Amino acid sequence: MDMHLMKAQPSDIERAALDAVEALEIPGVSGAELRRSLVLPALHALNDAVGWITPGGLEELCERLDIAPAVAYGVASFYGLFSTQPLPGVAVHVCDDVVCATLGSETLCQEIEEALGPEGSPPDGVAATWFRSPCLGQCDRGPAALVAVAGSDPPCRSHAPAEPAGLLGAVRVAVSSRETHGVAGPVPARREVAPVAGSVIPGAAELTSEAWPPAAGPAGTASPAAGPAGTGPPAAGPPVARIIARVGRVDPGSLDSYRAQGGYAALRRAVWLGPGGVLAELERSRLLGRGGAAFPTGAKWAAVAREPARPHFVVANADESEPGTFKDRLLMEGDPFALVEALTIAGYATGSELGFVYVRGEYPLATARLEDAIGQARARGLLGGDVGGHGFAFDIHVRRGAGAYVCGEETALFNSIEGFRGEPRNKPPYPTTVGLFDKPTAVNNVETLCNVLQVIALGAEAYADIGTQTSSGTRLFCVSGAVSRPGVYEEPFGVTVAEVIDHAGGTSDGQAPRAVLLGGAAGAFIGPEDLDQRLSFESARHAGLSLGSGALIVFGHDADLPSALVRIARFFRDESCGQCVPCRVGTVRQHELLERLAQGAPLGSSEADLVRLDEIAAVMRDASICGLGQAAASAAGSALARLGVFDGGST
Amino acid sequence: MIVEAQPAPQPPLRPPHPRIPEPPRRVQVSLQIDGRHVAVDEGSTILDACRSLGIDTPTLCWAPNLTPVNVCRVCVVEVEGSRALVPSCSRPVSDGMVVFTDSERVRLSRRMVLELLMSSVDVSRAPDLLAYAERYHARSDAFGARTPYGEPGSRDLARPGQSRSVPAGAAAAIVGPVKVDNELYVRDYERCILCYRCVEACGEDAQNTFAIAVAGRGFDARISTELAVSLPESACVYCGNCVAVCPTGALMAASEYSMREAGTWDESRQSATETICTYCGVGCPLVLHVQDSRIVKATSPVDSPVTHGNLCIKGRFGFEFVQALPGGR
Repeated sequence: MDMHLMKAQPSDIERAALDAVEALEIPGVSGAELRRSLVLPALHALNDAVGWITPGGLEELCERLDIAPAVAYGVASFYGLFSTQPLPGVAVHVCDDVVCATLGSETLCQEIEEALGPEGSPPDGVAATWFRSPCLGQCDRGPAALVAVAGSDPPCRSHAPAEPAGLLGAVRVAVSSRETHGVAGPVPARREVAPVAGSVIPGAAELTSEAWPPAAGPAGTASPAAGPAGTGPPAAGPPVARIIARVGRVDPGSLDSYRAQGGYAALRRAVWLGPGGVLAELERSRLLGRGGAAFPTGAKWAAVAREPARPHFVVANADESEPGTFKDRLLMEGDPFALVEALTIAGYATGSELGFVYVRGEYPLATARLEDAIGQARARGLLGGDVGGHGFAFDIHVRRGAGAYVCGEETALFNSIEGFRGEPRNKPPYPTTVGLFDKPTAVNNVETLCNVLQVIALGAEAYADIGTQTSSGTRLFCVSGAVSRPGVYEEPFGVTVAEVIDHAGGTSDGQAPRAVLLGGAAGAFIGPEDLDQRLSFESARHAGLSLGSGALIVFGHDADLPSALVRIARFFRDESCGQCVPCRVGTVRQHELLERLAQGAPLGSSEADLVRLDEIAAVMRDASICGLGQAAASAAGSALARLGVFDGGST
Repeated sequence: MIVEAQPAPQPPLRPPHPRIPEPPRRVQVSLQIDGRHVAVDEGSTILDACRSLGIDTPTLCWAPNLTPVNVCRVCVVEVEGSRALVPSCSRPVSDGMVVFTDSERVRLSRRMVLELLMSSVDVSRAPDLLAYAERYHARSDAFGARTPYGEPGSRDLARPGQSRSVPAGAAAAIVGPVKVDNELYVRDYERCILCYRCVEACGEDAQNTFAIAVAGRGFDARISTELAVSLPESACVYCGNCVAVCPTGALMAASEYSMREAGTWDESRQSATETICTYCGVGCPLVLHVQDSRIVKATSPVDSPVTHGNLCIKGRFGFEFVQALPGGR
C-alpha cells in the first residue's frame, strides 16, 4: 500500500494524545494487525482531546499506525460518539429513547435546543452543542444525558436524572473551565463539577455515584432481598440477591473490601477444581448465557478450551446498549472486581492469557471503576504473569466502545476491537473457533460472567437448584418506565412479570399497565392479560417471547404506544451498521411505514401498509446478517399482533 | 494496432523439469438441493453447488474475482436446520446439507431485497438487478416515490446514528450529486447499492491501494475517500478496477458516461476484440469494445489467469492514442 496522506497537520495536543495511547502486547498478534488494534483507542484519544477528529489528527493517526486514511475515516465515521466534522469542545448527548421519552426527555431536548441551537450546529458564540442519543442505560433515573468535555478526565460523564437547569449549568461550567484553561486546558473532573451542575440527586443514584461510601440512606442499609439495587427499601419477596449481593455493600474501589466480602474465593476454588473441573462444574450448573441468546456457557467454554489453535481469548461483552437495560452498568459500577475475577476464571478454564472487556462508551463511571479494579488486581498479583501464585498467566484490557449498538453483537465487537468498522461477520464460523483476531474466543455477557462466580462458589448442584429445571440460577431484570421503584431486580427464574412489577412497587399510577416491553427494543410486547407470563427461558420461548437482555419496560395505561413503536424503529434505523440490504434499507422503510401509520396517513391503505410491514419484517428476520436486523421488527410485530396497535387505522 | 484474437498456439517444447506432484484428491461432499443430489468438492460454496446443477442463483455483491462479502443477501437459500436463511455465495457446503433455493421464504426475501434496493437507488443501469426484479416480480414503487434523502452532498457529512426525515408518503432515496472530479471516471452514488465490490477491488482483493472505504453507518453508509476528498486528492491510482466490478453503473469510465448521457452508447453496435496490452511485459489480455470503429472501453476477461479482470491505468484508459492518429480515423 502506498501511503497517500492529506498534508494536514495535527496540533500539539493531538500529538500528545496519540503519544499517550498505550502500546499493547497481545499474544499471537503482531505487526500490522497489532497496530490496527490501536485504531479505536487512538480515535478515542483524538476525540477526547479536542472534541472531534480533525483532518490533521486523523492523518497523524494513519501515519503512526500505518493505515490508509480512507480506511481510518471509514472507522471514525462509524461511531456515534466520534465526530469527523468540527464540533465545539463540549457535546451533550440527550437520551430520547423509549424510557426517557416517558420521563420528560422531550422537554429537556427543547430547553437544550433553545440554549445550544439545533442539534450539532451551535450558533455563533455558543461553545457547546448537543445531540439526541439512543438509550444511555440510565433508565432507572432518567431522563439521562451524557456530557463529553474535550480535554477533561474522564472524557465524559453521565447526568441522571438530568433537568434542564442542572444540565445547562454543567455545560456552562465545562465551557468556562475550558476557556479559563485555554481550549487545551484540563477541565476539572467530575468530583468538582458535579455539585455545581446539580446533577447528582441524592437517593436515586447513591450506589453508583462517585462518592464512596454513599453519604447516607438506603445504600448501606438496603437488604439484598429482591430489593432494587440502589433505590428505596427492599420490597417483599424471596431473598435471592446473589449476583448483586455485594452491590451497595462493597467498596467498588477497594480490593480489600471485595476480598472481605468473599471476593476471590471462587478463583481459589476454580484453581482447586482445575480447568477441566471448572468446565464440568459449569456444564452441570446448566448456566445459560444472559446476553440474549441463552447459549450454554459451559459448552461455549469447553469448545474454546479444546480448540488446538492458540492463543485463546476471553471477552466480556459490556457493550450493554439494549434500550431499557442497565444491569451490567450496575454490576461494573457497584462490584467491578467481580467481573475481573470472573474473567480471570474464564481465562483459566479456557486456556486464555488475555481477556478484553468491551465497555460501551456511554459508561464512563463503569469504565473508570473497572480500570481501577484491574490496576489494583495487577498490583496485587491477581492479574499478570502468575495469577495469585496459582501458576497461570492472565491479564485484562479494557476497550471503550464509541456509540454503536451493533458492537454488542459478538463478531462486530471483535471487528471493533481489531480496529475495523463494527460490522458483524457472517456466522459460521462461530467465535469459539474463529473469534477475536481469528482465534478461538469465549465471549460472555457481564451478567453471565458474574453468574460463573456463583456456580463456582456454590457448586453446580446448589446453583442448579435455584430457578427452574431448564433455567438455572437467578436473572437480573431491569425494570423501568411506569413503576414506582425502577431498578435492577434479581429474581429466580420462573417469577412472573406481575411479581417483578410488584417488587418494583407496582405501576406508578396503580392501574394495570397498557403493555410491558420484555427484552428491550429487540424484544417483544406483552399485554395486561399476559402479566402472569413466567420469566424463564423455556416459558418465554414457549410463548414466542425472549427474555433478551432482561429489560422490562412498563408502559402505563395511558402510554402512547404508536410513538414508542416509531422511536424503536428509529433506534434500529440509526443503529444499523448498513452492511446488509435487509437491515440497512429495511429499518428505514419500517420507520417510514410506522411513522405514517402513527400519523394516520398510510401510503395506500393501512391494510396495505401492514402487509408491507410484515414483508419487511420477514426479510429482516430471515436474511439479515446479524441479530440486530433479525430482531428489528420484533417489537413492532408483537405490538401489532398482541396489542392491536393500529387496528382500524391509527390508534 | 488491433490484433484479432488468434486460436491458442501449440504448447512449445520445454526442457525436462521435475515432475509436479499431483494435487491431493479433494474430498467430495454430497448434499441435496431442491430434491436433487449433488456431490461437490469440499470447501465449495452452496452457490458453486447450485451452479453445478444449473440452478441460476441471483447474485449482486458476489463476483468471481473477489472474496465473497455476502452483504446483498439476494443469493439467500433455505438450509434445513438453520433458523435464518443462508447466503449461498459464502456458506461452504457440508455433508448431508438439505438446501431449498426456490421456497416461498427464499422468493419473498429475494423480492424484498430487490424492492428495498429499487426503492432507494437508481437501478436503471443495473441490467442484472433489473432481470432479477422481473424474475421475482419486484416492484420499484413498493414503498412510495423515491425522494431525495437530504440535500445533494449532505450524505458526505452525515453523522452516524442521526437520521433525518423525508416527507410523509415518500421513500428516502440516496441523493448525489454525481461526482466528476477527474478525467477518467465518474462516480454516481445515486446508483450505488453498497455491494462493497469497489472497496474490495481497490483494497485487499486486487489493487492494494485503499483509496476508498465504506464510511458512515446505516442508510448513510457510503463509499468514500478520507473525509470525502476528491479522487485526485486521494490515494487513487486510476486503475479503474473499481469501475470494472461495479454492477450498477455507479462507477463508470468518463467516456462511457458521456456517451450514455448523450444517448449515443449502443451496445448492439459494439464488437469486442481480444488483444494483449502493449504497454509493458506483463502481457495482460485486453478486450477492446468498439463502436462505430472507435474504441469506447477496454476491459480484461475476469477468467484471465493473468489479470483476473484487473488492469492498470494504462491498459484500462490508455487507448486514446490509437484513435488520435494524425488526420484522424
